[in-house]
Amino acid sequence: MAKPEPPKTGPAPSPTTAVVSDPLPATGTPPPATLWRTIWKECRRDQLVMAAATFLVAIYGVMLLSGFIAPYTAHFSDRDLAYIPPTPIFVVKDHRPAWPYVVPYKRVFDAETYNVGFEPDYSRHYPIRLFYSGGAYRLFNLIPTTIHLFGVDEPGRLFVLGTDQNGHDNFSRLLIGSVPSLTIGFLALLVVFPIGLVYGGASGYFGGRVDNLMMRLAEIIMSIPQFYLLIALAALLPSDINSTLRFALIVIILAFIGWAGLSRVIRGMVLSIKEQEYVEAAEALGASSLWVIWRHLIPQTATYAIVAVTLGVPGYLLAESALSFLGLGIQQPDASWGNMLSEAQNLSNIIYRPWLLMGPGLLIFFTILSFNVLGDKLRDVLDPKSQRTA
Amino acid sequence: MPIYQYILKRVLIAIPTLLIVSMISFAIMRLEVHLPPLSVQWGGQAVQLFEGFNINPIDPLAELRLNPAISKAALEQERARRGLDKPAPIQYWLWLKNLLQFNPKALVQGHLNQFFTPNLGLNFSGESVAHILAQRLPNTILLNLVTIAVIWLIAIPLGIYAALNWRTRLDTLLTIFSSTGMAAPSFVIALLLGFVAVKTGIAPYGGLTSVNFEEMNFLEKLFDLAHHLVLPVTVLSIGGIAGLQRQMRGNLLDVLEAEYVRVARAKGLPEHKVIYKHAVRTAINPLVTMFGFEFGTLLSGSAIVEMVLQYPGIGQLALEAARQTDTNMVMSVMLLGATMLLLGNLLGDILLKVVDPRIELA
Repeated sequence: MAKPEPPKTGPAPSPTTAVVSDPLPATGTPPPATLWRTIWKECRRDQLVMAAATFLVAIYGVMLLSGFIAPYTAHFSDRDLAYIPPTPIFVVKDHRPAWPYVVPYKRVFDAETYNVGFEPDYSRHYPIRLFYSGGAYRLFNLIPTTIHLFGVDEPGRLFVLGTDQNGHDNFSRLLIGSVPSLTIGFLALLVVFPIGLVYGGASGYFGGRVDNLMMRLAEIIMSIPQFYLLIALAALLPSDINSTLRFALIVIILAFIGWAGLSRVIRGMVLSIKEQEYVEAAEALGASSLWVIWRHLIPQTATYAIVAVTLGVPGYLLAESALSFLGLGIQQPDASWGNMLSEAQNLSNIIYRPWLLMGPGLLIFFTILSFNVLGDKLRDVLDPKSQRTA
Repeated sequence: MPIYQYILKRVLIAIPTLLIVSMISFAIMRLEVHLPPLSVQWGGQAVQLFEGFNINPIDPLAELRLNPAISKAALEQERARRGLDKPAPIQYWLWLKNLLQFNPKALVQGHLNQFFTPNLGLNFSGESVAHILAQRLPNTILLNLVTIAVIWLIAIPLGIYAALNWRTRLDTLLTIFSSTGMAAPSFVIALLLGFVAVKTGIAPYGGLTSVNFEEMNFLEKLFDLAHHLVLPVTVLSIGGIAGLQRQMRGNLLDVLEAEYVRVARAKGLPEHKVIYKHAVRTAINPLVTMFGFEFGTLLSGSAIVEMVLQYPGIGQLALEAARQTDTNMVMSVMLLGATMLLLGNLLGDILLKVVDPRIELA
């Protein structure tokens, strides 16, 4: 269906304008090394972008080493110390500086006020040990090991960010839960991109009636409110499957919803590239369509892809956390930032146990913010004709 | 193309779209997947690569059967109405037939509310789906319309202001606000503002009306509704204002460099006329195109906020239905959502034509 012609660029960042930045048809887009150098040169000048990039590098680095940095495993639980506030770390012993240590806590119940409290026992000290041998996990999901960066001997407990309802260590879950939250965007895009490329590419390439029919189907998928479709599909997932499989199925569901939008953009790009003079020239010179695709189409989609990935990841991160928040995504006892936030659905938790909401909330916020800042900058650099953001 | 002809065309296109949407939701609710475990022989040992899983078809009557208030006869009636012992295509056909209950006689007699009486069946607790939807739909529409109005009334002036004061301290402040608003998940904002509302008592949390709503006079009712809308509308509009403000600012900055703006200035037009008569009018056009799109995002976005803030709308209903795998309700809600989305898109396109008469509707 022909939409009323928008007088300017529409809601989607018009990728076709990238063509303008490349006036030399004979050489095509500069080789990738130059592309990355341009990006680096432009980004280095912007402090905000550098801060965002540094944050992302740091957070993904921590994610890779999450099992090692976390003092406990995600499934570790001490039910006697559920909802305990962050453990204080002492550095002074007998009025003298000492190696950091913690003291054990005991749950106490006041029969008169019905309050549950935690009482420290200052007589016993447990020093924080580096490269402590604790719960078993797999480093990089491969190497089985028990070495953690730090920890304390039993029965001492080191809960850096307190514990949740089940006595899980919040800090460890925040680290380990970053794996599904931070990878889901890239994984979903890994599925969405090939589908969008093939579907949108075919639609734009064949044109005419085929194009009409294919785009109508994409529009139908897009005319279902995404979130309704998401929860309807997620609610069907069986409850007895393991967490990896569940995670994979959620990725597939997200991809099923996301491909339509991307394929429309790709189709638009193919249509406009087909019309470009240098493509006509290449064809007139006898270039095969494979050559045209390889030399002209792929390089141009590459710049678009970089921007689309950076700006697309936050959406999937949000979708995962919303799903898990509602109890339809990653399930307890496995951790993700979204299902950690679901504890905050209980208002008394926000009031009395703010540490439950702060960690995952702030991490989601800063991750999305960083991706947005970086994506906007990349779009400005790679696609100078699109909207100005700074 | 005249505008009524254009609307007719769009409505005609919407019919097959909605049909296919209903088929997709029907297929989803009957999804059946069986993947067997996969293992390979490795050094004489069987190594399991994939443990397999099953998505079993849901029993559409499971919840009703467990409900002691539903009689055997009512259960049997629902089974017969949906043809649950017949093959899936016939079930779909029955569903469609039950949905399209038009009554032209009522139109002649002047009972407009009896013209379209879809029979959507019972939800998981045995209530009529059509009845619940009729109760909830106005609430969601009200929430979305008020939110869109608030977003536009605040974001457009802010965007213009930011563009005219480009790279001043206030512009930077607004940029920070819009980045923050766009990066904060709506359900986290809902939790935080909900907490503030409960702590301070500024606005009520949850629901749309007070307990004694029926006893109020008209003005009191209006005030009560508005008071209950404060929290959900604030939560929903933060993200929208952030996005639209940025768009408006970017568009206006682009337009301010255009030739005709320079010409208008060179002619000696006063600056406010240059900006409000020439630049802003052009800059606002792409945003109107976005209107329909925005309506769709809002509809999806309002779902989760409705759930967190316990707002009695369609979104909350959708979650409840999905959790209970309530076939009747999920299908109705998806279809209703798609209808609202298509209407929103149409509205956006018509609005664009009104704002910019040069645009040809095709």
